[in-house]
Amino acid sequence: MSAVPSLTGRQAGQDIQPDKALRRDMPLVPASSIAGRALVIVIAIMTFLACLTAGGAILVAGASQDWRGEVSREVTIQIKPAPGQDIDAAVAKAVETARKAPGVGDVRALSRQESEQLLEPWLGNGLDLTELPIPRLIVVRMQDLKTPDIAALREALAAQAPGANLDDHRLWLSRLDTMADAIVIFASLLFLLMISAMTMAVGFATRGAMAGNREIIEVLHFVGAADSYISRQFQTHFLRLGLRGGLLGGALAALFFAGASALSAWWTNSVGGEEIGALFGAFSLGGKGYAAILCVAIAIAFLTGAMSRIIVFRHLRRLQ
Amino acid sequence: MGVEIVRDLSFSIKPQSFQFLTGPSGAGKTTLLRLMLLSLKPTRGIVKIFGQDASTLDKDSITSLRRRIGVVFQDFRLLDHLTTYENVALPLRVMGRVEANYRAEVVELLRWVGLGERMNALPAVLSGGEKQRAAIARALIARPELLLADEPTGNVDPGLARRLLRLFVELHKSGTAVVIATHDLALMDQFGEARRLVVGDGRLQIFDGESP
Repeated sequence: MSAVPSLTGRQAGQDIQPDKALRRDMPLVPASSIAGRALVIVIAIMTFLACLTAGGAILVAGASQDWRGEVSREVTIQIKPAPGQDIDAAVAKAVETARKAPGVGDVRALSRQESEQLLEPWLGNGLDLTELPIPRLIVVRMQDLKTPDIAALREALAAQAPGANLDDHRLWLSRLDTMADAIVIFASLLFLLMISAMTMAVGFATRGAMAGNREIIEVLHFVGAADSYISRQFQTHFLRLGLRGGLLGGALAALFFAGASALSAWWTNSVGGEEIGALFGAFSLGGKGYAAILCVAIAIAFLTGAMSRIIVFRHLRRLQ
Repeated sequence: MGVEIVRDLSFSIKPQSFQFLTGPSGAGKTTLLRLMLLSLKPTRGIVKIFGQDASTLDKDSITSLRRRIGVVFQDFRLLDHLTTYENVALPLRVMGRVEANYRAEVVELLRWVGLGERMNALPAVLSGGEKQRAAIARALIARPELLLADEPTGNVDPGLARRLLRLFVELHKSGTAVVIATHDLALMDQFGEARRLVVGDGRLQIFDGESP
């Protein structure tokens, strides 16, 4: 030390061979404590639940996009029988008109037998339906366009095949949209609730850590540490805890979705599996979904660090 | 308002001066040191530190003034999870200095106070005397302009007490103002040139030191 050269008889750095095994960078806020481990577990659980919610919302939103695409690309033309009308000719005319309409891909008229089969679940088997005026259906698949031109098809049918009704499944689509949107909104609210609960848990933990480390804060003040320096130490401490908890929870959530995706292959052949598959698609998050989980985990870690810094800074200001 | 520990006293600590602050237990020695360290505010009266009125200082100013003061606490106040080396290096670390730049200084001072072999030891395994020496080293490491020491030789043997006093005296000669609160008459007698501030019944008497 150059302040005491006359005592030591040498200048700073001379003949000094510091121990290479010297421990020199221990965090100023003690790294391990029971409260710290408990907080890691709380953050891991909250991250897991938040990732499940976010992943669920992503799956439903993705599946809803698929439904919309599928349903909006398919429209149905219905020909109702009328007295004195040759229904087969009307069907043929409607098919011809539809084929000529812009944006139409594939047109297939259901035969009378197929139309009767559609009624079987309601009317039962073994009935003679030949005398009933059963409407005939034509399934039209539009080309794979973002916005199929249904209006043009409707106009062409109105002009050339009067009596043909076009059903573009708008009602179904709107119900599916409403349901999917409701699920996504509910999931988002749940996600926000979990983040709020986690933030409060971090707040309590930070205040607890401040109380438990009061002496450290006092000593740091006495040796000339600024408030910003002290709060940075706590921020680093809680960022580490947040990263551990966040990555643990995120990894568990990713494992859950990977496992669920593998299991969904088994479910697809069962009745319940089909319904779950219809709601969540293939139960596969995809790269973007896993990236979202990673983002949630990291964001939670940084939120933890930032929260603790704000709380510590406020606390230190009050100490003045 | 609580009981007044000390009252109606005026004194100044001149730069590069050396004084013992003494008096019976509970007389207010630690209170006076805490006032000088800016960790207490007087209920009345003025404390000026390095020419600045302590009551007008904001937090940043207090922080920069504290970096000019070294302090040795009676109860050491070492951080339990840090090694002796890390504890002593703390004032330099909080200033934002790079560890590699101060390592040699810290190691040299630790060796000088006899803790060269205890650099990686945690305070829990240090003896009272070792803790005391670590606390003194921490107070000296940043080369303060003012050193406040509360019973710095209370836990060491007379030989080490003499050695530590020599360190304080050398520090004083190199330009640091030193205030040592102590009961130890023998220690004070070893450096008769020092001014003595005697606190008793809440008042202060000042005795100038003998001429060298």
